[in-house]
Amino acid sequence: MGLVLPTLAKARAPLASAAAQRRVLDDVPVPRSFGEALADAGLFPLTTRPVEILQLNLGKRCNQTCAHCHVDAGPDRSEVMPRDVLEASLAFLEHSGIPTLDVTGGAPELHPDFRELVIRATGLGRRVLHRCNLTAVLLPNYADIPALLAAHAVEVVASLPYFQARETDRQRGAGVFEESLEALRRLNGLGYGRGRGLVLNLVTNPVGTFLPGAQRSLEARWKQQMQTRYGIVFDRLFTITNMPISRFLDFLERHGRTEEYLQRLVSAFNPAAAAGVMCRTTLSVGWDGTLYDCDFNQMLELPVSGSGPRTIFDARREALEGRVITTGPHCFGCTAGAGSSCTGAIA
Amino acid sequence: MSDSLPQAGPVNVPGYYHHHDLGRFGEIGRGAPALAEKFFDYYAAVFAEGALSAREKSLIALAVAHSVQCPYCIDAYSKDALEKGSNLDEMTEAVHVAAAIRGGASLVHGVQMLNHVDELGM
Repeated sequence: MGLVLPTLAKARAPLASAAAQRRVLDDVPVPRSFGEALADAGLFPLTTRPVEILQLNLGKRCNQTCAHCHVDAGPDRSEVMPRDVLEASLAFLEHSGIPTLDVTGGAPELHPDFRELVIRATGLGRRVLHRCNLTAVLLPNYADIPALLAAHAVEVVASLPYFQARETDRQRGAGVFEESLEALRRLNGLGYGRGRGLVLNLVTNPVGTFLPGAQRSLEARWKQQMQTRYGIVFDRLFTITNMPISRFLDFLERHGRTEEYLQRLVSAFNPAAAAGVMCRTTLSVGWDGTLYDCDFNQMLELPVSGSGPRTIFDARREALEGRVITTGPHCFGCTAGAGSSCTGAIA
Repeated sequence: MSDSLPQAGPVNVPGYYHHHDLGRFGEIGRGAPALAEKFFDYYAAVFAEGALSAREKSLIALAVAHSVQCPYCIDAYSKDALEKGSNLDEMTEAVHVAAAIRGGASLVHGVQMLNHVDELGM
């Protein structure tokens, strides 16, 4: 893999601060606020439904520094979920009965207890999703990860912005595309993506300041392209919108495109997507155990609202249901067009 | 971002071709609204998935945009082609199709020239 860039945190960039990011977003002139858009759609205030997915962010360590990363993850980040938070999360998963565990980061497999987490969560009978950057599993100390995932039937959700090197490498780093293909071949070799119970889904996001296309038609084309060009198969393609947070916000600011991009998201507001946003059924746990409505709120340091539980240590499922979701201008990213979620388009 | 499109050739006219005017296209319905409605309904129907995919239609539109040299259309369909999942190679080939047809249209008139040369010559 080529040169890995410093994170905003390492570079001490102004937008390394979540508060600074919130200020930038709040200062963008838009025709209507997210709350007003929700109200116009009869959805204000946006509230949660029963939790279906527990999403754990294991930390900000990653072997890549993708240009659009909303986490500002990278090799120079030291935030890693401590053992007590991991134990509390597993206990909550067990007692709450939440059916799905979604493991994200950073590169989650770089967490020292990732293997144990996979074994114990699947041992509880939970569906486990692993958000994989594909290149981390090629690192010398992590080459066993794909076989572990296969042995426990963990669903792999792998990031690949485009089916060509030029676009992918521009966003994720030089050489990432070829390494991603190698990882996908290994996963295919283990039976992933072949319709035999080992699920391999790809995630594409635009390499630029435009919205993703229609998921279904893109999926058909991607399947054909990945198969004929590289002999790689997969199950589903998810389209995800770039969120104006952290490094993508920094990109927008450096190029003077923040207002244009946010207004594009606002003009594409889709009430059907808003009604189905994933934060309504997801509970997001930060590396330090703080509870959030979603991973994006986590990065903007906007914790769950209300007087209920604030950390995984005092989380109770029933006390978290029906809470009002914390929203802001960034939420237009999940409601634009066909919508965007960790499992792709919504509407 | 610059407020106006490249200042060269036919677009070098003060007050014309501001990129934000593209977003005001719908205002054309301030006059003759029934015609605008028919046009925009037709436009939407043309670009819907059909015997050609929406992505293929977007590439055709990009090529035509270059052929008619419409700055608004080039803006719109550069973005639209990317959003439909096309890549730079495909988009550039589409523009070359426009260039080939435009260039070919000039060149094929050379046959007219040849006819005249044959008529006038000895």
